[in-house]
Amino acid sequence: MSPPGIVIEGLGLRYAGESIFENLSLTLPAGQFSVLLGPSGVGKTSLLRVIAGLEPPGSGSVHAEDGAPLAGRIAYMAQQDLLLPWADALGNVMLGASLRGVGRDADRAAALLERVGLGHRMRALPATLSGGERQRVALARTLYEDRPVVLMDEPFSALDAISRARIQELAAEVLQGRTVLLITHDPMEACRLGHHLWVLAGSPAALAPPLAVPGLPPRAPDDEAVLHLQGELLRRLAALSPA
Amino acid sequence: MMRPLVTLAVFIGLWWAVSAYGGIPPYMLPSPQAVGAALWTQRDYLAANAAVTLAEIGLGLAGGALLGAIAALAVAASPILQRWLLPVLVLSQAIPVFALAPLAVLWLGFGLASKVAMAMLVIFFPVTANFLDGLRRTEPGWLDLARTMNAKPVFVLLRLRLPAALPALASGLRVAAAVAPIGAILGEWVGASSGLGYVMLNANARIQPDLMFAALVLLMAIAIGLYVAVDKALRRLLRWAPGG
Repeated sequence: MSPPGIVIEGLGLRYAGESIFENLSLTLPAGQFSVLLGPSGVGKTSLLRVIAGLEPPGSGSVHAEDGAPLAGRIAYMAQQDLLLPWADALGNVMLGASLRGVGRDADRAAALLERVGLGHRMRALPATLSGGERQRVALARTLYEDRPVVLMDEPFSALDAISRARIQELAAEVLQGRTVLLITHDPMEACRLGHHLWVLAGSPAALAPPLAVPGLPPRAPDDEAVLHLQGELLRRLAALSPA
Repeated sequence: MMRPLVTLAVFIGLWWAVSAYGGIPPYMLPSPQAVGAALWTQRDYLAANAAVTLAEIGLGLAGGALLGAIAALAVAASPILQRWLLPVLVLSQAIPVFALAPLAVLWLGFGLASKVAMAMLVIFFPVTANFLDGLRRTEPGWLDLARTMNAKPVFVLLRLRLPAALPALASGLRVAAAVAPIGAILGEWVGASSGLGYVMLNANARIQPDLMFAALVLLMAIAIGLYVAVDKALRRLLRWAPGG
């Protein structure tokens, strides 16, 4: 199935009487990495949860460009790895099948763990894995779902710089061709991975016009365009954050 | 390992000192030597009765834990049951178990069944309450993840919420192991023809304080042994849980 673009139209959301965003519209291009940046608490996670169908929109709509329903076509990767502590890496990758009560495909799960570089840790419990390894298992679990749309909420923010750089490259490679929305705080991550960057800011939050990044992700960290854009993004984000 | 032994030695030493120099007559507080002697000379009689009490506690623990776990799962699975059953469960705790002991003996007889029923009664609630608490506190992130995976509610309960609540169930089982002897002894006091509680009542009536204390010592050993065994088994089973 070819991944659909996602159209967000006139979206509004209120929380505890306060307007998080109003009349928000954007289109996530099909088969590309869209990155959403913005100050903490601006409503990035809320937007992601509405798209994932975890929260109903107050107003407006979210739909797929191809007109088919979005439900069942979205995989979700949260800030925490959300691995089950009692299940080994392999069991965690196949969680979706367990929870749907359908047959588990251990060979495919093993191949995915192999692909994220954890072929030697299939039987390991999460507590025995490093933070980077745990997020790799979470990435393999996301891939096991094999959904055309992937939503990611700062999944790499808790990792050290080296693990983060490695898993960024891996994510760009294995998620290629899917419609991805990535939330991040890290301008470098945004510039390395995104085809398009959006900055969400203000109260109620609004989107600045998207920035397009030249070249194909994953871009090298010392790529000229990456460095230039990263500086530009930092300036924009700093201007938005209270001192 | 050393600390409990030291505590025990100090306790026995104090007991000995009070019984020897405290001016308390031996029919009120027998000396540790006298109790030790009773433990030895009456070992067959005590062992037979301890076995009865142990069986009552063991069966009560197993039955109460099973019923408690099933009740918690049923309440967690069904909002209707939650609305109807939960108030009844809480209300049932307002009835003192002591008051029910004569009823249990009246309905179930002087034998094993009434004591097992009493043990189950005191065990049921801590197991249900702890397990249900655990089932209701599933990490919200896991439930979100399950929703995006189009999970079926029955599998979310059995494969996500249930295993996640096992550490809470374990807390309930630890409490249950500690209170189980209360139920069994209570049943024996109201009416029985064997068991350590029966031995204590008999010895008391015949002014045999050494035998009464010997039964008490055995009962304490059973209670502590049971708690340690349950605790060890749970820690081994739940090695994945932090602080198991």
